[in-house]
Amino acid sequence: MLLAVLSGFILAILAPWLYKVGRGATGWILAFLPLGLFVYFVGFIEPVAHGEPVTFTYAWIPSLSINLSFYVDGLSLLFALIISGVGTLIVIYGGGYLAHDKNVARFFVYILMFMASMLGVVLSNNLMSLFVFWELTSVTSYLLIGYYHEKPESRFAALQAMLVTGGGGLAMMAGFVMLALVGGSWEISTLFEQGELIQNHAQYLPILLLVLLGAFTKSAQFPFHFWLPGAMAAPAPVSAYLHSATMVKAGVYLVARLSPILGHTETWLYIVTGFGTVTMFIAAYIAWQQTDLKRILAYSTVSALGILMMLLGLGEHVAVEAAMVFLVVHSMYKGSLFMIAGAVDHETGQRHITGLGGLIKSMPFSGVAAVLAAASMSGLPLFLGFIGKELIYESTLESHIYPLALTGIAVLTNVLTITAAGMVSIKPFFGQEIKTPKHAHEAPWSMRVGPLTLASLGVILGAVPFAAEEFGALLVGPAASGILNEALEVHLHILPSAINNIVMLSVVTVLGGIGVYAVRGLLGKVVAPLNAVSAVGPEKWYQWTLDGMMASAKWQTHILQSGYLRYYLIITILTTVGLAGSTLILQGALQNLSAITMPEAQIHEILIVVMILCAIVLVLRTSSRLTAVAGLGVVGYGIALLFVLFGAPDLAMTQFSIETLSVILLVLVLYRLPTFTNFSTRFERARDLVISLMGGALITVLVLIETALPINSRLTPYFAENSYTLAKGHNVVNVILVDFRGIDTMGEITVLGMAALGVYGLLKLRLAKKDKTPEPDVSKPEPISKPTETYTPMPVKE
Amino acid sequence: MEVILAFVVGALYTAGFYMILRRSIVKLILGLGLLGHAANLMIFTIGRLTRGSPPIIGHEAETLVGPFADPLPQALILTAIVIGFGVQAFAIVLVKRAYETVNTEDFDQMRSTDLHEA
Repeated sequence: MLLAVLSGFILAILAPWLYKVGRGATGWILAFLPLGLFVYFVGFIEPVAHGEPVTFTYAWIPSLSINLSFYVDGLSLLFALIISGVGTLIVIYGGGYLAHDKNVARFFVYILMFMASMLGVVLSNNLMSLFVFWELTSVTSYLLIGYYHEKPESRFAALQAMLVTGGGGLAMMAGFVMLALVGGSWEISTLFEQGELIQNHAQYLPILLLVLLGAFTKSAQFPFHFWLPGAMAAPAPVSAYLHSATMVKAGVYLVARLSPILGHTETWLYIVTGFGTVTMFIAAYIAWQQTDLKRILAYSTVSALGILMMLLGLGEHVAVEAAMVFLVVHSMYKGSLFMIAGAVDHETGQRHITGLGGLIKSMPFSGVAAVLAAASMSGLPLFLGFIGKELIYESTLESHIYPLALTGIAVLTNVLTITAAGMVSIKPFFGQEIKTPKHAHEAPWSMRVGPLTLASLGVILGAVPFAAEEFGALLVGPAASGILNEALEVHLHILPSAINNIVMLSVVTVLGGIGVYAVRGLLGKVVAPLNAVSAVGPEKWYQWTLDGMMASAKWQTHILQSGYLRYYLIITILTTVGLAGSTLILQGALQNLSAITMPEAQIHEILIVVMILCAIVLVLRTSSRLTAVAGLGVVGYGIALLFVLFGAPDLAMTQFSIETLSVILLVLVLYRLPTFTNFSTRFERARDLVISLMGGALITVLVLIETALPINSRLTPYFAENSYTLAKGHNVVNVILVDFRGIDTMGEITVLGMAALGVYGLLKLRLAKKDKTPEPDVSKPEPISKPTETYTPMPVKE
Repeated sequence: MEVILAFVVGALYTAGFYMILRRSIVKLILGLGLLGHAANLMIFTIGRLTRGSPPIIGHEAETLVGPFADPLPQALILTAIVIGFGVQAFAIVLVKRAYETVNTEDFDQMRSTDLHEA
């Protein structure tokens, strides 16, 4: 199983080399992998249908209980079959569609990687590995949408899709982490048993909202739907695969997968059904007003995703059954319609339906496939779409909340869907012939296989009673059982047994659809004023958010990264003072200051302190460099005297010698530098003084608090006891340095050595300028020679 | 005495901060020196002060007894003094080279690594 999931990644790496061998036939060759996977997954149908989910576990990061574990039940199997099956057709189609594109090898790399990631999403049993595959689909989708990377709108759409789905993915991960903590496991199959516990937990609502945010962004639910039409900048095979059949269904899959854990509550019902219903209607409403073939299909895809969400929100047996049937129906008709739209665009150079007509003569195969797919989309009898639509109406009528309103909206949505179906099939292929930019001709076979296969499958499953029955029993039933977490038997009938309300609704829908199609031109003019609303729609929110983030990033960078050392220092000092100071005040540490006793000091100690303070003032105020250096030396000597008085002779000796050395060094070097210049204004000096005083005051307060508290050191007694007994030394400080902490001292010596090397290097450095030969005359530019791999000495000019 | 030194440490830090906020590169180096002193004295003060009893074990004794200055901060400071000197020496020479190369001691004029024409 691991190999099955990862094989796509492996083949993706090899694809560019295969392309060099296979050239135009590469698509046909590469298609063997998804085909092989499809056959492999078909082998699971029989055991899974008997209610036996199969699990595979491979340890990944065992210490964090993150496994690469896979869970094959009816639900994941149905998705895996769609992914590998449609994937086979798409790889073949992509080879034909991009045959003359120089980057086609890159397309194969991306699409295979995407397929592997998508398989990972639907098969993962571990929440964390699901998340990783989920984000991989976002990344590969980014690469595929931006396939025509030289076009700005492609890059924009790719980034938009990436940010929306990636952002949702992060929210989803937060939800997963909380879910795993509450449920006590990262494995989805284990969490199935914890459903009740999780739903009664205080964190149920945040978990639900975060996970749904991930699902809604991925599946383009309102108000995140806008990225999907934008993603139509991708090549047609990408739109057909990612943006109709597979990736956008990942959110649907997630909602379905987690139904037993998070579902069947009031909150779930209202949120999922609510967003689904709004999405399906709004998107269907926008769809029929478009003229671009791919945008019509994109919006109708959003609408279909809304229908799926609504059904999963309802969560009843029939609704779940309807969702699974409709999922397959939609993948078939939308996949084939997208491929046909791509073929039409490819062969005529025209994608707007106003400029297309009568293509059936020049493109008969595509035309037939389009009509079959559109009929399934419209839910005409004897097509699989009909069974799907009947089930949808049955679910909405049985709904616990607002059955009539839901059914009404569903009918309206389907009416508009039929209109859209007519616009993408009847309008381009029938009626008067319209001259197109390119001379229209039929697409190559590689581009006919996909649409024809998918479209005819819709007929076979919808018209042959035996096929429909098997389809229901072997695929839909187990998948629905996976969502409900209980066995469910499904029997699909190609025709209803009696004339009832549902059939009447179907009749109304079809008649309505034909009616709206007929008067769509007039209707478009009537509703046009309403579209002004889109100026403040969700896509604008996205743009505002993005602009706002960029502006704030620019602003804070401007503030924080000025490039001036002193502003960095000011920010550092003020931040430290602010954070440490506020903590001191909030934690009440300042009360310790009351424990301070009046200082007792002897007169010579006071004199040393006064000397140090005077020297500090001198350093600050003098305008002479030598005086400043001398002042610094006095400070150092004063501190050395303090060391002498308070029992630190080693420190005093070191300090005296080092201080002398530094003063000599400073004098020697400063001798060559100019006198102090005052670069700052009076205001700047005052500001810096205030900031410095705040910093100094903080340190004073910290030292006061610290020294007012009792000291508790475990190291000091240890050193006092063991210096002689263990290390045979009388001077404890020396023993610490050379024995107990000997390695630190080694490090110190190394630092000093490097500093010495640096000093030596800087003093000996002769700047390269002086050694260089004079630069060649600019007026006579030399021909730029190619860089050679071997070093050749530059020829000397005579 | 610790209380008095707390204020000395504060004064040293104030002076050090003020000096490194200047635009003159020489003042920056003096400021670094002041900050080094400040840090050493702070560690020393926090380790508590003991008059006239260095942490040295007598010839007859095997362990330190009675009041003695804490050897641990002393060991830390000894390291810090030496390292501080290394840093300062390097900084001084670096400043010298930088000044010779770009011919200014004003930070705001040091805008590029390109050499000034001699």
